[in-house]
Amino acid sequence: MGNCRVKQSRRKFIKAAAAAGGLLATGIVNPFNAVIFATERPEDPTKPWWGYGIDIEKCIGCGRCANACKLENDVPKEPFYFRTWVEQYTIKNDGSVKVESPNGGINGFKQTVPEADIFKAFFVPKMCNHCHKSPCVQACPVGATYDSPDGVVLVDESYCIGCRYCVQACPYGCRYIHPEKNVVDKCTLCYHRISKGKTTACVEVCPTHARILGDLNDQEGELYSFMKNHNCLVLKPHLNTGSKLYYNALSAEVR
Amino acid sequence: MPPQLKTLIPLFAIFIFLFLLGRYLLVPESFGEQGHYRFNSVAENKDLSLQYAGRDACAECHDDKALEMESDMHAGLSCEICHGPGMVHYDNPKAGQLIIPDQREHCGLCHATNLTRVDKIAQVDLADHNPDQKCIECHNPHLPWEIAE
Repeated sequence: MGNCRVKQSRRKFIKAAAAAGGLLATGIVNPFNAVIFATERPEDPTKPWWGYGIDIEKCIGCGRCANACKLENDVPKEPFYFRTWVEQYTIKNDGSVKVESPNGGINGFKQTVPEADIFKAFFVPKMCNHCHKSPCVQACPVGATYDSPDGVVLVDESYCIGCRYCVQACPYGCRYIHPEKNVVDKCTLCYHRISKGKTTACVEVCPTHARILGDLNDQEGELYSFMKNHNCLVLKPHLNTGSKLYYNALSAEVR
Repeated sequence: MPPQLKTLIPLFAIFIFLFLLGRYLLVPESFGEQGHYRFNSVAENKDLSLQYAGRDACAECHDDKALEMESDMHAGLSCEICHGPGMVHYDNPKAGQLIIPDQREHCGLCHATNLTRVDKIAQVDLADHNPDQKCIECHNPHLPWEIAE
């Protein structure tokens, strides 16, 4: 009975209105998409598109990367904020996982689980993933954090209002509020170094070559061959962040 | 012209003018050049000063040490892993003395026994292996397998 009361013409009008509304909505949203993801991977292969590789099999957990990062980038020693840090994962025989990172690994690690209980253990260095579709960039209300044209997520210190939205938005916990400057701070992939042809401080001091900085556009490059030769994964792929930090030998336990 | 418009048009014009003026004054230079951010910030990020000079920079003067290291297990390691950032020293060799870590704990950062790094690197039980001596009294850190008498 209810159906009969709706006139044919009204039904047509609703259909047309829905279609028009849908078109209008996509028309409005699409340009915003272009603003949010303004930085695209350069099609010109001579232009860099920075990425990063970490070989968990090689990391010995010396924490020199975390130490060098603090010295290079003026990160306060205390309180314990880090742009990069190392975590020690211990997977016990009963399946439970213990994660430790005392002072980010700068003062070294101790194995606190008795040897008989350990199923496997490894170190995981963590840092900004320099996502292509960064949740943090999208969260910033003032445009103080952005993707540089070569794919590095940077912060505009003089423009940041310290609202902490990006700290919340980053699924990898890679941002902190600088206690002296009161603005957000994060790994810049040593942008001041890589743009001068040097490598990052963490890569510079890694004794086992577990860290690789590279240009994803450079098919002859070290990172490209690292990714080709290893079974590389990114952290939290289900979040579709477009992470450009590739791990070799990444266990499912790593969060 | 309807009389309402006579008052509304100037009012709207003032609003639009004020909006444009405010926008002109508040939007910083180079904002929106490449995206929703201040493009000058990219250059500002590039301009920060360097602390780590890199291994090649060290080898420009200390080529003897660099060559010495290449003959033993520590080949390929960067000097600044142990000696700390050296850019100040590189720019002015008289200033910016680098550190020479001699504590057992420093060697232990890589070499202390830890099941997590087993099979990856030579490991030493710091509590057991000559606990009263410094590592570098016997081991030359540049040539770790050349053991002093």
